[in-house]
Amino acid sequence: MTSLATYFSMGGYAAFVWPSYALTAVVMVGLVVVTWRGLKAREAELKALQDVMPRRRARTHEGQGQ
Amino acid sequence: MHRFANPARFLRLAAAIQPWTAGATLILLGLGLYFGLVDSPADYQQGESVRIMYVHVPSAWLAMAAYSTMAAASGVGIIWKHPLADLVAKAASPVGAAFTFVCLVTGSLWGKPMWGTWWAWDARLTSMLILFFLYLGHMALLNAFDDPTRGAKAAGILALAGFVNIPIIKFSVDWWNTLHQPASVSRVGMPAIDPAMLLPLMLMGLAFTTFFVTILLMRVRSEILAVKVRAIRLTQIHSVPGSATGELVGESLR
Repeated sequence: MTSLATYFSMGGYAAFVWPSYALTAVVMVGLVVVTWRGLKAREAELKALQDVMPRRRARTHEGQGQ
Repeated sequence: MHRFANPARFLRLAAAIQPWTAGATLILLGLGLYFGLVDSPADYQQGESVRIMYVHVPSAWLAMAAYSTMAAASGVGIIWKHPLADLVAKAASPVGAAFTFVCLVTGSLWGKPMWGTWWAWDARLTSMLILFFLYLGHMALLNAFDDPTRGAKAAGILALAGFVNIPIIKFSVDWWNTLHQPASVSRVGMPAIDPAMLLPLMLMGLAFTTFFVTILLMRVRSEILAVKVRAIRLTQIHSVPGSATGELVGESLR
């Protein structure tokens, strides 16, 4: 337990080391979440449009995909 | 190169690459964090605070790599008018801005115990702050026009002009007397850093790079879909008399 406390104290620099890692983690996770949500939202938007108007565009797209 | 510039081909290629870069990111991050936070020595001068380096330096590298990606894509977009290049530039800038921010804040957190100050108007720090503002300007310009192509052109010119800042950041520690330490990894000859510290630094650097590739691919895919959505909306407005369908679709999505 003491050794763990020593570890987390980071030789007295805990107040600088941990916030650095925490910020990096928050920004990276945030980027993943924002990007993922944006991608899913656009996929849903495109699908909704193609379902309503399944004309040339939807078919051309499928044709290219194969 | 033009073969990969076809959006449909790009989408397939991105879908194939993405699981690998995402998996590599997780493995490299795990290893980097283990060696960075557990199995590496404290610095003889800086003590444990040296561990900030393993997030600070890779963030700085990525901040500059993302800018170079953005500037190169902008150049291709402006010269060859390639639509996919504009999308890459648009996808890269928020990621670059985020890592510039991480670099600035972690630098501040490292500077306080080591230099005794959160901030100094030193050449390296100031040029990094300018990089952050360049990213913000790029994002603002992209959205400043109703016509996305005009926004992309204006933002692209800013990205290219701002590229002059990249060598300034890199060489600022050599050209000026700075509080920031000079380069210790990319030195001519051997890096002036202990191998036990170089290992986690390199692992984290690679992890950040694969992370960037993963996020960039996802964002470009997202931008391609957005272009398709816009194109369909435009045909609806033009082809359907009174555009009742277009409005209905638009409404139902809100």
